[in-house]
Amino acid sequence: MTKQHAGPRTGPAPAHEKHVRASKQRAAYPYTLYLPAAVVYLVIFLVPTVMAFYFALTRWTLFDSTFVGLQNFRDFFAEQNLRIGFANTLFYAVVTSGLKVVLGLLLGVLLTSRLRLRGFLRSVVFFPVLVSTVAVGFTFSALLRPDTGLVNRALALVGIDGPDWLGDAGTALLSVALVDVWKGVGIATVIYIAGILSIPRDYYQAVAVDGGGAWHRFRHVTLPLSWPATYSVILLSFIGGLRSFDLIWTMTRGGPGFTSDTIASIIYKQYQAGFFGLSTAGNVILFVVVTAIVVPLNYFLGKRQAAL
Amino acid sequence: MRALKRFGADGIALLLATAIFLVPFSFMLLTAVKDRVQSADLDFAWPTSWPVVQNFVEVIEARDYVLLRAYVNSTILTVVSVALLVIFGAMAAFVLQRRAGKIGKMADFLVLSGLIIPPAIVPTIWLLQGLGLFKTLPGLILVEVAFNLSYAVLLFRAFIAAIPRELDEAAMIDGCSGLRLFFRVIFPLLRPVTITVILTSSVAVFNDFVNPLYFLPGDENATVQVTLYNFQSQYNTQWNLLFMDIVLITIPPLLLFVFFNRKIVAGMTAGAIKG
Amino acid sequence: MKTSHRVLGAAVAVLAMTALTSCGSGSEPATDGTVTLAFLVDNSQATVDTAKALTDAFMQANPTIKIETETRPGGSEGDNIIKTRLSTGDMSDVFWYNSGSLLQALNPAQTLVDLTGDPVLQHVQKDFLPVVTQAGKVYGVPSGTAMGGGILYNRKVYDKLGLKAPTTWAEFMANNDKIKAAGITPVISTFKDTWTSQLFVLGDFYNVQAAVPSFAQDYTANKAKFAATPAAKAGFDHLAEVHAKGHLNEGFGSAIADQGMKMLVEGKGAHYPMLSAQLPPLVATMPQAATDVGFFGIPGTDPAKHGATLWEPAGLYIPKTTEKLEAAKKFLAFVASPAAAEAVNKVVQPAGPYRIEGAKLPDNAIQVAKDLQAYVDKGATAPALEFVSPVKGPSLEQITVAVGSGLTPPAEGAAQYDKDVEKQAKQLGLAGW
Repeated sequence: MTKQHAGPRTGPAPAHEKHVRASKQRAAYPYTLYLPAAVVYLVIFLVPTVMAFYFALTRWTLFDSTFVGLQNFRDFFAEQNLRIGFANTLFYAVVTSGLKVVLGLLLGVLLTSRLRLRGFLRSVVFFPVLVSTVAVGFTFSALLRPDTGLVNRALALVGIDGPDWLGDAGTALLSVALVDVWKGVGIATVIYIAGILSIPRDYYQAVAVDGGGAWHRFRHVTLPLSWPATYSVILLSFIGGLRSFDLIWTMTRGGPGFTSDTIASIIYKQYQAGFFGLSTAGNVILFVVVTAIVVPLNYFLGKRQAAL
Repeated sequence: MRALKRFGADGIALLLATAIFLVPFSFMLLTAVKDRVQSADLDFAWPTSWPVVQNFVEVIEARDYVLLRAYVNSTILTVVSVALLVIFGAMAAFVLQRRAGKIGKMADFLVLSGLIIPPAIVPTIWLLQGLGLFKTLPGLILVEVAFNLSYAVLLFRAFIAAIPRELDEAAMIDGCSGLRLFFRVIFPLLRPVTITVILTSSVAVFNDFVNPLYFLPGDENATVQVTLYNFQSQYNTQWNLLFMDIVLITIPPLLLFVFFNRKIVAGMTAGAIKG
Repeated sequence: MKTSHRVLGAAVAVLAMTALTSCGSGSEPATDGTVTLAFLVDNSQATVDTAKALTDAFMQANPTIKIETETRPGGSEGDNIIKTRLSTGDMSDVFWYNSGSLLQALNPAQTLVDLTGDPVLQHVQKDFLPVVTQAGKVYGVPSGTAMGGGILYNRKVYDKLGLKAPTTWAEFMANNDKIKAAGITPVISTFKDTWTSQLFVLGDFYNVQAAVPSFAQDYTANKAKFAATPAAKAGFDHLAEVHAKGHLNEGFGSAIADQGMKMLVEGKGAHYPMLSAQLPPLVATMPQAATDVGFFGIPGTDPAKHGATLWEPAGLYIPKTTEKLEAAKKFLAFVASPAAAEAVNKVVQPAGPYRIEGAKLPDNAIQVAKDLQAYVDKGATAPALEFVSPVKGPSLEQITVAVGSGLTPPAEGAAQYDKDVEKQAKQLGLAGW
């Protein structure tokens, strides 16, 4: 195993070094390393995607297609519950990714500490990730049932009359979002564990020498130096949240009525109805919306990363 | 005093974990061992009868032992896809992070697009048919690699950013560059994140049911998630068997995780850069 | 360095191995004269059991033909699998799929074998043919039985409270009041399974047709609307009314169909707007479901015109891509014969009348099937709208949940559905939209 002595971390190269770097780069980081990934990605993902985007301009029944120009886009924007869908999508993405970052970090710190039960707890936290979405959906539908569900029975013990979590328009989306966090926080935690374990021990020793406490250690070492993990978790869970529909679909189907619909679930309904052109147009729109939010976010997060 | 404090923290953590993570799990187990009528209540009641063995046998024997074949298929699918994902993803992420430029920016955007755009199923089938890979395991493996690649690249790239460039330069002075630089110097340092990618994408591939359903149809080729459809339908669901199936396909990966837990963490720690 | 090489090597080896060992599922050429047919069915218990009874009986009579059954998910997931497999030329030799509007969306002229005038149709009842016909060509034979869509009710509860099956909506609501007073849930609703919320609207079509005989035609031609036709809007009004009166079970928003059926059979609820096909699979575990549960059509305004809405059986179809047309037709001819109905009766309780000449309900048929047969014998049935018109909006189930939960007023729900229908008709490229 290679063990190198690393110097201090540096930011981007100063301008005068750039020319030298360019020629060196070609040898050190050849594009051939891209090749296997690029070929698979291009052939299996990009080509079909581009083909599909053409069908966004058609009425497509899978058997034949008629070119209709931008009609599908007009139809999609005329969709009756699109406004609710947009608001719900943002709400869902912010709630789920926010909670996953915070809880993932806390659990990551906890599970890399000297807790005696950490081995057991790691398995416990990761367990929901292994369970299929279908099972999660049914299990929580049972736990959240208004009459016999465990959640409301527990609330009744302290004198609270819990609502019909998934059947009530006011609580349905939030309930699904919390279940999503339950299911997904294991991934965020594992990423944070990797991030925290990648932090060189010396930094902690330095803090210990300075006499800093646990909070100091967290605030000045763990938090800033686990930034790669934070970056990944924010980006992955935010995009995941914006696109999410599978859990929503198994738990509420966007209901009751249309009250917990997100853009992705509206698109999925068009697809299920066999409106393939329309659903592809919806995907194009979702892509534009998500890109408009994520590219600046990625730029902003990337800048922080470079500044480290 | 300190010991007491730590003991208290352990206790609280254990209590919370039990409440939040083990209660749902116990629901699945309970439902899996109930009889058909009682399981339809979908509640937390104690089973009135215990047809554990009967449910177990019925799930294993369903559709001519499809579950066992599905296990073989899922294992091959997961192992090969994840191996390719890790190698392809890490290599691409390395160049992507180290070499900024027009191609890099373009690739960057494509990686993000891969996370954002849902795959187009029918054109992908046409393409696989053209390549003669439709309805074959290698075809499905390539699909899983392509669809999960962005995720792997993104994670790898973020962690490669934390590896100082001085390391590369030191290696280059030793005459090490390109493929050798990557596999000899960088890849070993990526162990924590590599293990993370292996863990999370194994789960993603193993738990995927949409892609096998479309790209590898048929009982002969079933993967484990598809077997859930044997017990669940639009009109009637055999809840006890469905949950027995869920338990059966969840427990082996969980046991693997528990079993390798120590090694996983050891691997992660061993890869950490010595500062 | 060693590690990475090992990993790479292993990956390559595994890949090579899978390439060698995995094989396409294509059928091997038969060496001993037997033909193997692939048969795709949906995964509901009733379909799987029926398919097994049919294939077992057929293979016994035709030892040179082997049938391998393959299952797929139901619902719209299943619709897309069927469409995908047909359009990519990868369909099994025979497949089981809905008749009516869903069949129309498969582009049968391009994808399915034309059976018009073929002897496989000789036992099929003439009035079934329209639901498997497009542009004058017939594409399928009926599999399974027709079913009723209306109110399933608990007869024990009715006996105990001295009620009689209503023939008008007013009588129905009066019954509900008495049932509620007795502490029993009058109307079971299970909106988590959204499809179950549509019955008050879809099952009301017999009454719509009785009031406006030309509705289906005008509706298909974009001339009649739900919101503008009082008889058609009545279904939405009924939904809102039972909710407003507090007749629904607690937690109706998150209940599922299985729970609803259990409530009904156990007598905790009196009425459940549902399809009769929900019952047969329950008989095995709850034998009283066969006798305690009855069926009546959704009541309208005129007691003299009371009747029921009927769902036609699904069909079996042959894709044009099959290479075993002869064997496939042999199987279809068997399925559409009285002998097949007899074989099925031994295994599955029919949920309604057969659509095959000479096929009869067994003597021990379940109560709902008998009740439904009585409507058929009286001539008081009409097929549901989706069997007489290709137009069916995809969002009806969400709209009916919203109306039935009091989130949307019925008039607005009907108007939303008209818009939803318009979108579907445009996407299908129907004439006049």
